[in-house]
Amino acid sequence: MTPALEIRSLRKTYKNGFEALKGIDLEVAPGSFFALLGPNGAGKSTTIGIITSLINKTGGSVRVFGHDLDGELQAVKRQIGLVPQEFNFNNFEPVGEIVVNQAGYYGIPRREAWRRAEHYLTELGLWDKRKDMARTLSGGMKRRLMIARALVHEPRLLILDEPTAGVDIELRRSMWDFLTRINQDGRSIILTTHYLEEAESLCRNIAIIDDGTIIENTTMKELLAKLETETMVLDLTEPVTGVPSDSRIRLRQIDELTLEADIHRGQHLNELFKVLDSAGIRVQSMRNKANRLEELFIRMTRSGQEPSHLTPGAGGTSEQPENPA
Amino acid sequence: MSPLHLHEYWIAFRTIVTKEVLRFARIWVQTVLPPVVTTALYFIIFGGLIGERIGEMEGFRYMDFIVPGLIMLAVITNSYANVVSSFFGSKFQRHIEELLISPIPNAVIILGFVFGGVARGMAVGVAVLLVSLFFSPLSVHNALVMLVVALLTAILFALAGLINGVFARTFDDISIVPTFVLTPLTYLGGVFYSISLLPGFWQGASMLNPILYMVDAFRYGSLGTSDFPVLLSLAIIVAFIVALFTAALVLLDRGVGIRS
Repeated sequence: MTPALEIRSLRKTYKNGFEALKGIDLEVAPGSFFALLGPNGAGKSTTIGIITSLINKTGGSVRVFGHDLDGELQAVKRQIGLVPQEFNFNNFEPVGEIVVNQAGYYGIPRREAWRRAEHYLTELGLWDKRKDMARTLSGGMKRRLMIARALVHEPRLLILDEPTAGVDIELRRSMWDFLTRINQDGRSIILTTHYLEEAESLCRNIAIIDDGTIIENTTMKELLAKLETETMVLDLTEPVTGVPSDSRIRLRQIDELTLEADIHRGQHLNELFKVLDSAGIRVQSMRNKANRLEELFIRMTRSGQEPSHLTPGAGGTSEQPENPA
Repeated sequence: MSPLHLHEYWIAFRTIVTKEVLRFARIWVQTVLPPVVTTALYFIIFGGLIGERIGEMEGFRYMDFIVPGLIMLAVITNSYANVVSSFFGSKFQRHIEELLISPIPNAVIILGFVFGGVARGMAVGVAVLLVSLFFSPLSVHNALVMLVVALLTAILFALAGLINGVFARTFDDISIVPTFVLTPLTYLGGVFYSISLLPGFWQGASMLNPILYMVDAFRYGSLGTSDFPVLLSLAIIVAFIVALFTAALVLLDRGVGIRS
């Protein structure tokens, strides 16, 4: 089956000499929900920029559903819908016109464009706002407007660069539902996100890019299976003064009502509770210290040295532009 | 290019032009009204108050002589201003990306912006013409020449505005050319005088100014008098259009100012 996206030896060196991509290979299967993760400046936005022809590549090849970016640019463009990281619509245009005009750029007649705009704006809860100027929308609405705009020409491959940055939890979940639905309808989706929980729950395939190189490209299941240790945080019902020492489970006391436990791959939680039980420690509640994917991500990338920007669920985190030029 | 693609490009072209027209129409107080008010002041001060003392210019009342030039001044500055500000604005707000990711050939993007500029240039030109009727009777020697010259001039300066917009990086960059190049060339392009009044050297220097030929040809269409053959003027305008369109296409194809 023709891949939705096929990248070979893709390189990008900016005019100032910065090498953003060092010859990456990437393949996204049709119908896939694919996560492209990486720390700030890793090359995610450059990759997306090249695929969408907003950035000129230095070398390598890109094919979208078999169409070559170099020889069949217009065919490639017809296959792709882009939801960029930053708002890039005219703030002084009405919402409906932004979507309808985008359809017009793809040669879709105005009546059909309005029909589609109504469909997608209704799906995304914006149809009532169609006559409002885009600048009057909230941040979350602006993100949804960009999704509607990206879908209006019904692309086979939807690329979302940080689609839920700055969006509240409730809205984020409704966007996840929407994206899952359109993916189930057969549309291939590539997603970059700082919310690793988002990538873990939505995406079946994942690539991690770091310093212009793909360091992992596999299924989410296989990647998570590589996780050696998970750290659990235990909230206690009564204060404790120390932790039981046990060769099987490593326990640390954070404060008198909180413990942390490292659970290795293959271990059962029952073993942890057995140790705690024998020490007379009662547990009120328990949670993962970090999202599983986040733990792996930090270990695999150089962000292990700078993990602060990867707080799961942290709102408003926005990636800096990767092009330093 | 298949007929299907041609039809799609036509829809894309219409979309850009409509968007551009709606853009300047929405803010008509900033885009259409000021040049009309300024030109009305020109008519009152230069045509009415000072013009009465100047007497005739090439056999016409001074007021009647400057009307074609002022209409052209409005067409030139507005077609240029519309495209340079719209194109730079779309770069600044990044919504130029809406066009860059879509399958529209660069030639269609250029034509869309240009005809948006032409629409504003012609709209303001017509508004100025209507204002001029309060000061001077409508004089039409050859309506076709008037229309063709105004249209081609608007196309030429819309293209120039687009090229300015491609290179512009700041808001200063979109005002430098109009202020320091376009306005002096227009004022020295025979809007307010016939170049036959100038000494020999300055007559020769003026002939290097392309705006002179446009004003002169338009004045021919209106008053039936000109310093140069109309065909020469038209040929010069068309040559500039071809050169500027080619330059704009090369710039967009190379992604100058719009792609990293």
